[in-house]
Amino acid sequence: MSTKYDAIVIGAGHNGLVCAAYLARAGRRVLVVERSNYIGGAARSEEVFPGYRFSVFSYVVSLLRPEIIRDLELPRHGLHILPLESTLTPLADGDYLAQWSDHDQNRRELARHSARDAEAYDEFGTLMYRMARAVKPFLAMTPPDPASWSLRELKGLGRVGSSLRELGPAQFHALHKLLTMSAADYLEEWFETEALKATKSASGIIGTFQGPRSPGTAYVLLHHYMGEIDGVFRAWGFAKGGNGSVSAAIAAAARGFGAEIRTGAGVERVIVRNGRATGVALESGEEIKAPVVVSGADPRRTFMQLVGVEHLPSEFATAINRFKFRGSSGKVNLALSELPSFACSPGNGPHLRGAISISPSVDYLERAYDDAKYGEVSREPYMDIVIPSMIDPSMAPPGQHVMSIFVQYVPYDVNGGWTDEKRDAFGDTVIDTLAQYAPNIRSAILHRQVITPADIERMVGLSEGNIFQGELALQQMFFMRPVPGWAKYKTPIEGLYQCGAGTHPGGGVMGASGRNAAFSILKVAP
Amino acid sequence: MLRTTPFHARTAALCLSHSWRRWAGYVVASSYELSHEREYHAIRSAAALLDISPLYKYRVSGAGAANLLDRVVTRNVSASQPGQVLYSGWCDAAGKVLDDGTIHRLEDDVFRMTSAEPNLRWLEINAIGLDVEIRDISDSTTALALQGPSSKAILQELVDADIESLRYFRVLSTTLRDVPVSISRTGYTGDLGFEIWLDVDDALHVWDALIEAGTAYGITPAGMLALDVSRIEAGLMLLDVDYVPARKALVDRQTSSPFELDLGWTVDFTKDQFVGRAALAHEAARAPQWRFVGIEVDWDSLERLYAAVGLPPQLPATAWRMSVPIYAGGAEVGYATSGGWSPLLKKYIALAHLKADSAQPGTAVEMEITVEHQRRRAAARVVKKPFFNPDRKRA
Repeated sequence: MSTKYDAIVIGAGHNGLVCAAYLARAGRRVLVVERSNYIGGAARSEEVFPGYRFSVFSYVVSLLRPEIIRDLELPRHGLHILPLESTLTPLADGDYLAQWSDHDQNRRELARHSARDAEAYDEFGTLMYRMARAVKPFLAMTPPDPASWSLRELKGLGRVGSSLRELGPAQFHALHKLLTMSAADYLEEWFETEALKATKSASGIIGTFQGPRSPGTAYVLLHHYMGEIDGVFRAWGFAKGGNGSVSAAIAAAARGFGAEIRTGAGVERVIVRNGRATGVALESGEEIKAPVVVSGADPRRTFMQLVGVEHLPSEFATAINRFKFRGSSGKVNLALSELPSFACSPGNGPHLRGAISISPSVDYLERAYDDAKYGEVSREPYMDIVIPSMIDPSMAPPGQHVMSIFVQYVPYDVNGGWTDEKRDAFGDTVIDTLAQYAPNIRSAILHRQVITPADIERMVGLSEGNIFQGELALQQMFFMRPVPGWAKYKTPIEGLYQCGAGTHPGGGVMGASGRNAAFSILKVAP
Repeated sequence: MLRTTPFHARTAALCLSHSWRRWAGYVVASSYELSHEREYHAIRSAAALLDISPLYKYRVSGAGAANLLDRVVTRNVSASQPGQVLYSGWCDAAGKVLDDGTIHRLEDDVFRMTSAEPNLRWLEINAIGLDVEIRDISDSTTALALQGPSSKAILQELVDADIESLRYFRVLSTTLRDVPVSISRTGYTGDLGFEIWLDVDDALHVWDALIEAGTAYGITPAGMLALDVSRIEAGLMLLDVDYVPARKALVDRQTSSPFELDLGWTVDFTKDQFVGRAALAHEAARAPQWRFVGIEVDWDSLERLYAAVGLPPQLPATAWRMSVPIYAGGAEVGYATSGGWSPLLKKYIALAHLKADSAQPGTAVEMEITVEHQRRRAAARVVKKPFFNPDRKRA
């Protein structure tokens, strides 16, 4: 059967684009089909209000794989990552905790709160670095299945094992703790300053429906340190032009290798004949054939909607059905006439060039989770704020600003379901909470965009609005992502592959899933 | 923001070079004059005044104080006498060096500990169950080093206590122009010298008094560049430069045991219990793999290498701090971490980590040098530390 394409990638999210770029680089004729009129999926920049550009959903680059930056020559295609290096945690008593990239400045600031914490900080960082270093090779590989005895699986496990063996006993024992403890309990062993524990533990809860005291959240902290391994490479920061620039650079690389990208081309279904994917049918009715179909959509959308249960083994369908999404975060994007002035550090300053974390204590975060557990938006939510226009002034008109507020917990299954009124109320909660720390925020707001998990699902297609295409919780990671036995990008449908964040190693603008998937496909049909 | 020391009002006014260096979050002068040379010679021929405020300082007191310090450091603290100062390193459980510093036994159960890195948390962790009070006095107590042949005479003019009889590595309490100070006969230059410990509020008063009394003796404020040359001559290692403290090591091979840093003499196995004891006993039994030694570069070899490109030997203007490969018999056997020209000894010297079988004094080695952009190897040999050890240091 001769077709125009060797592979069709469903969805122009960053992973789909990465997968397409690698396939095209290997000489495959690749078509990317995207339902919306944008590329980038959740890594998208948009002028939501005239003159004000936003990274509408994802808003920082944290884990973008250096090998992807190199292989696809992303800087040549326009990627410019600007440093985003400090974190300010404003406190209710008018003080603040800041974390700075300069060692001396950071130590001095921490010592203001606790000499012990200032001392522990470096040791903690070194330990996390060493553990991340040992675990990291796992991210770039197709996860081996420990339940299998095949030679290839054992070799893969051997590679993981030898990487872990490089850890000394002390680090190995700490890794065990990370895999079993909650973020809060783990950090409690190191630090005494509430705001420090809370701000650090927040990176263990992002995108999950768990609280800082939920076991297993400690491991996710480690992901934060993966980016630091690349050190001077600095894949961590803020993409000039917003996160859409990351997608645009990958798309440019993919096109450079000959890939075609069609937007406004939603896939109605994957065409399956005799257990084999043979192409896609678009919503327009057009059918496009290819021997390989790669879905960048999340596992539920891919299998339950685009493939259809009738084509799937029952136990597989059951497992996909159990894969947890539980979107727990929302976003508020603001256009501002002036900078927010924080009571703890009034006026402009270097603290506004970094992240601002509303996470004064572990109790605060856990209480925010308590509300969500019972179906409500947190009355006082955790917020991770950046002011992109402070880092890249082209994001807003001169002298004005844009602010990105990541908010958690915002349950997808909010009591009574999401309505316009509920969305407004959620937006108000965010502004009310922020106003406690930056009183001028209300009067500075020119425009406000409020995004709930239901909006994320509708706008980007992420099931239940989960930003990671499925919770990044231990039971859904590695060889379990998305389903045990099917964590290698292949699916029970021959010729159909997955390349989204719903596969190992998971979410964040990382691109590893797309790259790993491309290599899996090229291995089968070199 | 970086911090300035309690002496900044004086040091800033003197710092004609505008050349500052970071030290533990403070800015301190690299040199006051445009060149550090005269400051170095003041250390060796008259007296130099050095601002050493950035050292971390702890006061450890109580019935369990000696016990705690014995658990932490490798030396035997309980065996010391009040008025004695001990130099020691301390280790993690794997017997790898975390830090090094001094322990001043001020009274039977009152100690002052100095260190390069913060150690409050480490002391507290090891103090569990002990009757001891640990206070971080880094910000409340400051210090000056008065180093050089005339230092004794200058101090004697200012204090009532008998400085003449204060022996090497001893400490006393006295008043200096009515201000209470603690004076130890210690330093980082390998010369006759003292360190003066005082309340931050008295900082400028003490500085001024020392300058006033010392002027007739040629007292000279000296910066870090001058200190660096003299501490290399004295064979004294520097954390972060000559060794990676175990807490900062990214891989195990970056760590060092006390034996590998030539601190075997500080490890006292007669103590029942101290952090790292088991690992160190194991290492002592099988002999360490590495040694920390002195290297002396052969002048004739240096001259030949430069003559080949038509130049006289080009010597480093200041002490260097980097990793320089050392070879023996054509193979790489280690690396130097600090080095430079000794203006007094007229020798090119370095401190180096060598594999044990190439570390015997007298061993012929080669040190890499870059001659007109090309890597060359200069003949050198392993020598005993310290390079410079005047009688007046201990006399």
